[in-house]
Amino acid sequence: MAKVLLFGALSDLAGWREKTLEAKSVADLRHLLAAEDAGLGLALDGAGVQVAVDQAIVRHDAALTAASEVAFLPPMSGG
Amino acid sequence: MITLTDQAFDPGTLMSDFCRGRTETGAVASFVGLARAEGGAAAVLELDAYPGFTEAQIALHVATAQGRFELQDVRIVHRIGAIVPGEPIVFVATAASHRRAAFEACDFLMDYLKSRAPFWKKETGPDGARWIEPRPQDLSDLARWETP
Repeated sequence: MAKVLLFGALSDLAGWREKTLEAKSVADLRHLLAAEDAGLGLALDGAGVQVAVDQAIVRHDAALTAASEVAFLPPMSGG
Repeated sequence: MITLTDQAFDPGTLMSDFCRGRTETGAVASFVGLARAEGGAAAVLELDAYPGFTEAQIALHVATAQGRFELQDVRIVHRIGAIVPGEPIVFVATAASHRRAAFEACDFLMDYLKSRAPFWKKETGPDGARWIEPRPQDLSDLARWETP
């Protein structure tokens, strides 16, 4: 199971910050999330959205292990 | 040292602590960023961060600053969560043997923190809430440090 985290505008849009889902890859996870919530699916494909697995930025097709923490990061705004 | 906190902090105390016991530091420069009211348009600022990741990304930038300027030490404190106008959001202090490195490193670190650091910022006022992007000025400030 992957722990999925959303930040910033993505979390507002989805209405949640954290959930656990079964997925083998980041691509797999995006399909699952888009099937649940089409609006979130579009937003995850938006310009500048980065993906971090276990706190390291990865490509959008990265594989996931059982213990992965996957974070979808909208464009960073600075503080 | 880099700290994210959801509690208000006192910049004076941080500055005194940072300066204490430095017998070989000739210069300490600091910057304090405060939340602006924007004439009443911003009642609350909310800063979202990814604990662990955000500090690690800032630490990478501190390492870049240490490679670029003759720094002895850096202290960064950044608020997260809900912040009201007038409260400090960010404190940066740099210590060096001489002032130029301290001033420039502080400026360099702030330009990164204001434009590229992993924070997501939401302003709530009478007209509702909106997520804030870096201003063009923040990005051109950052570009000053790029080598051609």
